[in-house]
Amino acid sequence: MDWGALHTILGGVNKHSTSIGKIWLTVLFIFRIMILVVAAERVWGDEQDDFICNTLQPGCKNVCYDHFFPISHIRLWALQLIFVSTPALLVAMHVAYRRHEKKRQFRKGDQKCEYKDIEEIRRQRFHIDGSLWWTYTSSIFFRLVFEAVFMYAFYFMYDGFRMPRLMKCSAWPCPNIVDCFVSRPTEKTVFTIFMIAVSSICILLNVAELCYLLAKFFLRRSKKAGNQKQHPNHENKEETKQNEMNELISDSCQNTVIGFTS
Amino acid sequence: MDWGSLQAILGGVNKHSTSIGKIWLTVLFIFRIMILVVAAERVWGDEQQDFVCNTLQPGCRNVCYDHFFPISHIRLWALQLIFVSTPALLVAMHVAYTRHEKKRRFRNGEKIDIEELKNEKMHIRGPLWWTYTSSIFFRIVFEAVFMYVFYYMYDGYQMPRLMKCSAWPCPNIVDCFVSRPTEKTTFTIFMLAVSGICMVLNVAELCYLVIKICMKPSRKTT
Repeated sequence: MDWGALHTILGGVNKHSTSIGKIWLTVLFIFRIMILVVAAERVWGDEQDDFICNTLQPGCKNVCYDHFFPISHIRLWALQLIFVSTPALLVAMHVAYRRHEKKRQFRKGDQKCEYKDIEEIRRQRFHIDGSLWWTYTSSIFFRLVFEAVFMYAFYFMYDGFRMPRLMKCSAWPCPNIVDCFVSRPTEKTVFTIFMIAVSSICILLNVAELCYLLAKFFLRRSKKAGNQKQHPNHENKEETKQNEMNELISDSCQNTVIGFTS
Repeated sequence: MDWGSLQAILGGVNKHSTSIGKIWLTVLFIFRIMILVVAAERVWGDEQQDFVCNTLQPGCRNVCYDHFFPISHIRLWALQLIFVSTPALLVAMHVAYTRHEKKRRFRNGEKIDIEELKNEKMHIRGPLWWTYTSSIFFRIVFEAVFMYVFYYMYDGYQMPRLMKCSAWPCPNIVDCFVSRPTEKTTFTIFMLAVSGICMVLNVAELCYLVIKICMKPSRKTT
């Protein structure tokens, strides 16, 4: 189970995302996970070996390293990427549940949904409406929260995003004050700023996607309200509800068939 | 044979699990195995190299490391994950046996579609219910045992920064310093938390299955 397996799992979710969601996924895999695996891990690879303190006191280097780096950047990024990718699985689970329900309907011989065979149900792409809209929107919201929390954790833990060259350490058993030198500070600063920048781009994409989904929702609502205003006296409330449900069911069936054929 | 092969084996069991079982499997793979492989193994990678003792006595560092870390956290987690994943194979074996029996009946002349047989999802009832429930019970037992072993072996879940060692050949008492204690404590607590979540999911699944079987006889009588 490694980044490749995560890529396989999330690739399946991609089919049901919006265009912005697909861009976000690409940015995540190419500019964050790939950079982490291919470059950042080498830069931080020798972080403790080449953390040198100006003392002969045994144990001083260990203690100072632990004091200045409670959790390494690399591990924080790995945790951030895993937490940020995981909400998409909520969407995958919801889609799998919908598919299961439609297969059950198909097997019962329901006349409402006309599918040629069960393969069509497997391959169809679900549109983001109804309860799936809520799941999708909450997954984006959680993504945003996790991104923000980790960026703040970075800032708080390391007092900014810059890697200092020299750290003065006075933790026991170090005698008095000891100078400790970090390995590759400039390269680490460059990669930290790069990862922060890509993180911000991902946050922007998520905010844009959220706004897009909200706008779509309100437009749809105002269309329905407009339709209802044109025919206020012909139907009572129950009939309206029944008609809406029938509309939704036939819409989703039609859309999926159209979606499949186009 | 590595974590990827385990994922392939358990992926097959996933089809016959309940929804809670599927969530449990996802949590296991993403929040435990993946974290172990991608992050925790690097943190513990240099645990013996950077275990430093304040002495020039040869052999003292080795003896002290061995005294304080009888089994490394990483190996204990790997064992825990393997033991916890294995009961699901009982279910896989039972499903394979049921399928084999149906194929045998088909070959004897009964009319069953063999392709449909391969792809069908078995419902959890009858003897499969007992197999499935015992597999969840064993999972819970293994999780609890390993969590207790961790607590007992390392006197809690915190990694101390300093350990005082007086095992032979160390002279008198020697200060030994652990590598990356804070990062190790963070990951130990994280893995413990996810282990707790997995136990809660297993208990919930067990309750769900027991309720399901208790509901069935009451439906039959009404």
